[in-house]
Amino acid sequence: MGGKVVTISSGKGGVGKTTATANLGISLASLGKKVVVIDADIGLRNLDVIMGLENRIVYDLVDIVEGRSKLRQAMIKHKKFDDLFLIPAAQTRDKMAVSPEDMVKLTDELREDFDYVLIDSPAGIERGFRNALEPADEVLIVTNPEVSAVRDADRIIGLIEAADKGPGKLIINRLKSDMVKKGEMLSSEDVFDILGLAIIGIIPEDELVLSASNSGVPVTLNMQSKAGMAFNNVARRVIGEDVPFMNLDENPGIFQRLVGLLNGR
Amino acid sequence: MSNLLSRLLGRTRKGSGATAKDRLRFVLQHDRINLPPERMEEMKREILAVIVKYLVVDQDRVEIDLEQRDRTHSKLTAEIPVAIHTPTAAKKAVENTVAAADSAGANGANNGADADSAEAEADSKPDEAEPAKDEKTDARGDDQEEADQKS
Ligand SMILES: Nc1ncnc2c1ncn2[C@@H]1O[C@H](COP(=O)(O)OP(=O)(O)O)[C@@H](O)[C@H]1O
Ligand SMILES: [Mg+2]
Repeated sequence: MGGKVVTISSGKGGVGKTTATANLGISLASLGKKVVVIDADIGLRNLDVIMGLENRIVYDLVDIVEGRSKLRQAMIKHKKFDDLFLIPAAQTRDKMAVSPEDMVKLTDELREDFDYVLIDSPAGIERGFRNALEPADEVLIVTNPEVSAVRDADRIIGLIEAADKGPGKLIINRLKSDMVKKGEMLSSEDVFDILGLAIIGIIPEDELVLSASNSGVPVTLNMQSKAGMAFNNVARRVIGEDVPFMNLDENPGIFQRLVGLLNGR
Repeated sequence: MSNLLSRLLGRTRKGSGATAKDRLRFVLQHDRINLPPERMEEMKREILAVIVKYLVVDQDRVEIDLEQRDRTHSKLTAEIPVAIHTPTAAKKAVENTVAAADSAGANGANNGADADSAEAEADSKPDEAEPAKDEKTDARGDDQEEADQKS
């Protein structure tokens, strides 16, 4: 049946969809999968800079849909992984330039040659979200342990279920375990209690995510980063591995030793 | 002593994380059934107004609540303690009927409840049917006055 289309969505903006898409793309590629990531946030192109591919763009998603570019022409190969490609969003058009049917047609073509097609959904619940949702085989919902983000996630989950694309899986991003311990932040269990969806990833707050986006090298390529490791675990769960959730306790001693081990030090 | 202890324990457990969880539960309960809190209170008052037309109800112990097992299963439950029939109860029933007729009329007249009262009730326990009813009765009085002046 070919590859799988995985849409990364959230409702609320700024919770980490683009960060998650970039990192999952890299991790899946590093696990030997053939991957395309699509930036469906038309008008607010971002995935290209997060992946460090901004200066290679010639064509974009709307060019493909409107027939100005062949699919392969618009796909940008990653610098490090030969089997990882980006289809960038158009920057000067709006979301109405693409329809949900266009997305289905496009992804059906990609499915034939790739193991995973990841779609970075725009915020909101309108056309852009519909475009990203329609072709999805699976939806990952990114949220933060915070009232407004969880509320918006609940809304999105309802819409995903109504579109028969449910149940979806949760990525809880930017968790601060020290604050959870003090009772000053929703825990991942709290979010699970409230939303009732399976959790496929718990990503800690990590300053290295910002450094990574500054340099255009996603954090999962940084062995020092806990968030990077957590994203890598999500990718392994996506391909069906049974990976235990890592201990996010602030304990640099043990953590540094672990990283040292992984780096062969 | 044990009181102090439990208060201390209660406080340590109730960080802003727990508050966030409670607030989310509340807001999602209403989001999911698409019925805002104030409208729900209005519905409870209306339900009760119908029942007290026929039965003597112990209004302080009435509990009408929305239970949510998960995202897709919501259930409205009501526990409405009813007095058994005695001569005094019968007399009270007659009084209630009058009061209920009043408050039922008030609900229609006061549909767009003002923001002040909406907030007051979101914070209060859901089973305060009695004071809420008084509020509505007062509101009706105002409306009535206004109507009288116009005519
Ligand atoms: N785990 C994390 N730790 C720290 N910062 C993060 C983390 N995840 C995301 N961010 C930051 O949050 C901001 C929004 O992320 P982004 O992926 O662009 O969100 P979205 O695509 O949902 O709008 C970015 O500045 C990003 O660097
Ligand atoms: Mg984004």
